[in-house]
Amino acid sequence: MTVTLPISADPAALAAEDVVPGRWRRMPTKAKVGAVLLGFFVLAAIIGPLVTPYDPSYQNPNPALSLQAPSAAHLLGTTQSGQDVLSQLLVGIQLTLELAFVVGVVATALSVIVGVSAAFLGGVWDELLSLVTNVFLVIPALPLLIILLGYLPQKGQLATIAVLAVLGWPWGARLVRAQTLAIRNRDFISAARETGESTWRILAFEIVPNEVSLIAASFVNTVLYAIGASVALAFIGLADLNSWSLGTMLYWAESQEALQLGAWWWFVPPGLAVALMGTGLVLLNTGIDELGNPRLRDASSASRIAGRWIRPTGPTPVLAEVSQRRTRLAGFLHSFSRSSLLDETEAGDVR
Amino acid sequence: MTFILRRLVFYAVAAWVALTINFFIPRAMPGNAVEAILGKFPALQPSAYRALEAMLGVGHPGSIWHQYGAYLVDVSHFNFGTDVSQYPAQVSSLLGQTIPWTLTLVGSATVIAFLVGTALGIVAGWRNGGRLDRVLPGLMFLQAIPYFFLALVLVEVLAIKFHFFPIGQGYAGGLVPGWHWAFIGSAIYHSLLPALTIVLTSIAGWMLQMRNVMITTIGDDYVIAAQAKGLPSHRVIFTYAARNALLPQLQGFGLALGFVVSGALIMEIVFSYPGIGLLLLGAVSSNDYPLMQAIFLVITFAVLIANLIVDLIIVFADPRARAREATR
Repeated sequence: MTVTLPISADPAALAAEDVVPGRWRRMPTKAKVGAVLLGFFVLAAIIGPLVTPYDPSYQNPNPALSLQAPSAAHLLGTTQSGQDVLSQLLVGIQLTLELAFVVGVVATALSVIVGVSAAFLGGVWDELLSLVTNVFLVIPALPLLIILLGYLPQKGQLATIAVLAVLGWPWGARLVRAQTLAIRNRDFISAARETGESTWRILAFEIVPNEVSLIAASFVNTVLYAIGASVALAFIGLADLNSWSLGTMLYWAESQEALQLGAWWWFVPPGLAVALMGTGLVLLNTGIDELGNPRLRDASSASRIAGRWIRPTGPTPVLAEVSQRRTRLAGFLHSFSRSSLLDETEAGDVR
Repeated sequence: MTFILRRLVFYAVAAWVALTINFFIPRAMPGNAVEAILGKFPALQPSAYRALEAMLGVGHPGSIWHQYGAYLVDVSHFNFGTDVSQYPAQVSSLLGQTIPWTLTLVGSATVIAFLVGTALGIVAGWRNGGRLDRVLPGLMFLQAIPYFFLALVLVEVLAIKFHFFPIGQGYAGGLVPGWHWAFIGSAIYHSLLPALTIVLTSIAGWMLQMRNVMITTIGDDYVIAAQAKGLPSHRVIFTYAARNALLPQLQGFGLALGFVVSGALIMEIVFSYPGIGLLLLGAVSSNDYPLMQAIFLVITFAVLIANLIVDLIIVFADPRARAREATR
């Protein structure tokens, strides 16, 4: 990615890549907001469980303390059985983020392995791995996750992580494959081959480092998927219901009829936390995207002349290549682009 | 091989993979599912026990390949076995009762969201930096909200606080389902809030994607040439830019359907909507494995068929795809 960026890219984007002190200041606002939002939740996850005012599972026997609206003693109120919502939230954020992070690492590693091998081995292997990837892209993940977890006798944290990671790699693998195909025949790879570098060395030190930004983006997205899926699974009861995650909080709120009781303080905080974490991740990714593709940036690239929006003229061929790929990436970031029909038939021509 | 044929083969492979996974999961997982089910339903008849064993492959009647063949034959006849939590109901009849509800609600809401989102995306992409761009962060927030959580909030505000909408269910109690206006009106009224939930959460994705593709398309030489010729804006937007930008958007539609349907299923639970999602929740909470597996297959096949339809539309709409088909 970095190789293809320079020359015609916006100076701001270049500076952000090269000059360390100006990097934060020149980041797109979206990325900054996203990073701050995420930082807040990561901090809450690290410090939170240490400062919880109560034991999240402690059921206060005093009936007067059940289902209380937020007050000084219970900043986010209490549940039906007198548990402190704030304490549950702090512990829940940690558990949910932990899970999502581990799933992100494992699934992204899988997708790099599959994507790079497919592109590099080529031939039958590529056909086979691509087929498997595309099949798992088209089979809807959530129902499959549900039967997998449904059959597992223990539905603990580890089981959820394993199941989510097993089904979380195809998006990334597809992108990594396309990117690897694109750089496989570049001169510096040929040069490395000519100097007698082993295949493994080329893979590990020439190819993968050139895909770092793509891998990072795909990691962020896998984390997003893991948060969403794990919360949804816990919400329908497929989780260790004795532990506190954002999903299990919502499960108990729903099953003990928080809604009917009007206890908004019970189900709004965990749901809002999920939504804000997700927003942070999407903003971060969109911001990074804009860094690479100046045309996606808000207003800077367009100006209004004689009542029409006029944009800077078309890209140089180099940038066109980048922006096209970036856009595909952008689509992925919103979990909507897919193994497109056109892509598939043109898979061989990417380079 | 022609283009469409290639896609047909691909979907056939995907369907076969789904069927095979579905067959092997109960056999590969630890623990004895039959025991688990019997523990929950002590009243089950011995015949149900045998049927369960055969379905889940515990008693091993015959070799595994024999079982596999019998399973494929059963599924091709829509025979998903006997339900355990509502014994002796057939799984297929339970599905038959719920599918129309989900198909109508999720199908129409998704199509509406797609059309409106795409239209907004065209405008936002054309007016890059304009007023619509200012709502983008808000849209990203909407998109990040889990469907079921937005459903909870909407019910709390619009149904419980302000009584604009009914709290849940598919139709008013006391009505007999049928083709008469009282029932249809009530069903539509009850589906408004769930539909609103789907539209609100999925519209942002369509809009963002369309906007980004539009922005890239607008920078292309042929669009600039069209502008330079002095063509009216609406012609440049719709006939030149949007028409091409729509293709990736359509491609996105097929697969996103999997996400949207999954999210919508979970959302049904909040509304106690009588669709597949509610059925799935019941199946999960009562370890009703035959039902869970049948639902997985139904959803997967629905998504595969939708994808195939989208592919057909693309071949129809994109001359390049047609040309490729002709040359292959």
